[in-house]
Amino acid sequence: MKEIKSTDVRKFLANNIVPIIFIILCAVCIPIAGYSGQYLVDQIITRIVRNSFLVLSLLIPIMAGMGLNFGMTLGAMAGQIGLIFVTSWNVVSIPGLLLAAIIATPIAIVLGCFCGKMLNMAKGREMITSYMISFFMNGVYQLVVLYGMGSVIPVRSGQVILPRGYGARNTIDLLNVRKSIDNFWSIRLFTDENGMGGITIPLLTLILIALLCVIIIWFRKTKVGQDMRAVGQDMEVAREAGIKVERTRILAIVISTVFAAYGMIIYLSNMGTLNTYNSHSQIGMFSIAALLVGGASVSRASIKNVFLGIILFHLMFILTPQAGRNLIGQAQIGEFFRVFVSYGVITLSLVLYEIRTRREKAESAKTLALGQKEEAKA
Amino acid sequence: MEKAVSILKAFGLPRLIITLFLVALFVIAPFAGINVAASVTDVLGRFGQNAIMVLAMVPMIHSGCGLNFGLPLGIISGLLGATLAVETGIAGPASFLLAILYSTPFALIFGWGYGKLLNRVKGSEMMIATYVGFSSVAFMSIMWLLLPYKSPTMVWGYTGQGLRTTIATDGFYYHILRDFLVLRIGDLAISFGEILFFAIFAFIIWAFLHTKTGTAMTAVGSNAVFARASGIDIDRQRTLSVVMSTWLGALGILCYQQGYGFIQLYQGPMYMAMPAVSAILIGGASVNKANITNVIIGTILYQGIVSMTPSVMNSLIHTDMSEVLRIIVSNGMILYALTRKTGASR
Repeated sequence: MKEIKSTDVRKFLANNIVPIIFIILCAVCIPIAGYSGQYLVDQIITRIVRNSFLVLSLLIPIMAGMGLNFGMTLGAMAGQIGLIFVTSWNVVSIPGLLLAAIIATPIAIVLGCFCGKMLNMAKGREMITSYMISFFMNGVYQLVVLYGMGSVIPVRSGQVILPRGYGARNTIDLLNVRKSIDNFWSIRLFTDENGMGGITIPLLTLILIALLCVIIIWFRKTKVGQDMRAVGQDMEVAREAGIKVERTRILAIVISTVFAAYGMIIYLSNMGTLNTYNSHSQIGMFSIAALLVGGASVSRASIKNVFLGIILFHLMFILTPQAGRNLIGQAQIGEFFRVFVSYGVITLSLVLYEIRTRREKAESAKTLALGQKEEAKA
Repeated sequence: MEKAVSILKAFGLPRLIITLFLVALFVIAPFAGINVAASVTDVLGRFGQNAIMVLAMVPMIHSGCGLNFGLPLGIISGLLGATLAVETGIAGPASFLLAILYSTPFALIFGWGYGKLLNRVKGSEMMIATYVGFSSVAFMSIMWLLLPYKSPTMVWGYTGQGLRTTIATDGFYYHILRDFLVLRIGDLAISFGEILFFAIFAFIIWAFLHTKTGTAMTAVGSNAVFARASGIDIDRQRTLSVVMSTWLGALGILCYQQGYGFIQLYQGPMYMAMPAVSAILIGGASVNKANITNVIIGTILYQGIVSMTPSVMNSLIHTDMSEVLRIIVSNGMILYALTRKTGASR
């Protein structure tokens, strides 16, 4: 048996510090919050169903070396616009969701192209730029949805449009499509004698998510996927090798944006209500935080990170308000705490990543210098 | 002709559009039945209120730390100073001085730590600064609930603990600078107090940038390799600039509160960096170049648009889409600056 060196342990701890912090945090909060195990498992399955498509959409830009795609909110906006139309046309159930996806796709492609082009103009600071793009497009989205709908864009339904005649409502009820994928084929386990409680497993949604995972794994092996990884490793080398760097980068963002649009449709159909002016900006932050909690970094993320992240991050999300109430008597503390943790996790991961990259760079420079010295001696 | 074109190019297309837009607003205003003198008063008031927060961008841009998206950290120090000053119960002008005094140590400590952090992440300061700002605001949201403040003007009435979301500065330092040395001509009121206050700090920063240390700081920002070769301690200069920016941020929020009338706690400071960042960019600064003129022009243009668009639009088309326009213009401006090829890669 190989002996485990203390340096290995330290390296493991240093590389996985964020998930470890979260596991400890959750372990402390579970007894304080006092929820039953069954309730927690059911909640976590719901959250996985809701969020994993969105979080998975972040993987491809990371592969292409563009960091965390804060521009995924653009895709979320496209998905919301699709759902707004479907609700106003009263298309119900799965056909409604499919139609929403069909409407969202071209919008997401256009937005993705815009975002990709912008990011090509800001190489080396993609993350802050994609972040600002999401802010900027939020303004455009509001202009379209709050002032354009009903006045320029023909949307008439009273379910969607404000009483003043134009502009979408603050919250839109998605009763027509609510849980239609989830309820299409689901099983329930451990119900009590009244048929209440228990754990619900929506199989169709899980199959869709598994399908996306398979697509992502397959995509990595295709020619385009290989090109993306090459671009992510070193843009100049990739260019020398004849890869169209700019085009590949735009493609990565477009794919991510389209997936985010579908993810948002799945997310909202599970939630059942659309917060027209908030949902998309929240989802961007939560998805990125969840991915980082799973142990991903700015340059490396895998499917494993996605699911571990969603489980840990949302476990914390469920536990903290109740834990705050039981501990200090105020649920609000728990709510502020989880906002702090979401931002704090992103900060910590970004800082650790930067420090690690710099150290690696310094080390490789040192070995290079050492090698040159040896050569000079010889 | 060629010279005119080159001047125009240096001025930048978006800046030109924004200036023309503001001029157009002022031309239309009288026809829309708006009192121009009152509008000018409003713009000047907003200028005095916000200018120092915009000034807080300058030191960090000079030392090459990029745009200070971490301004909320400075604001937090200011809020701590403000709440402590109100807690003492001393009313009147003295409370403003107390607030400045109390916020200073926090700003120095926070700024120092923040500077040390930014030194370890050279190259992606802006992204990390953004999230340092957000995390500090979220952390302080918890603290505002837990810290043992007692003053009845600040804590929630029914529980007796935890600070309110907004606290009126009335009776403390409300309009302490605004009502100082006011020149009134009809509806036009020019508050020299605020302008003087800003001018003092703008002059200090300007003078500082021309001292030996200030020149060293600029050298670090414009060419770090050259600066190191001439024996300048890069990390020290950067930390110093961050401390200065943070302290100016603290001062800026106090100045804002005296004009606005309220101390905004909890999520209030979350997005306050964006208007300041975009104001200095509108004023002609870039990611790695800024001066006092940029601050003055930028704040007037930005605040001019923010205060004029709603009133003009409301009276013309009876819909207020100014908030949406503000989001598009201010974030668009930041985006424009980030995507320029000229900026150093950071």
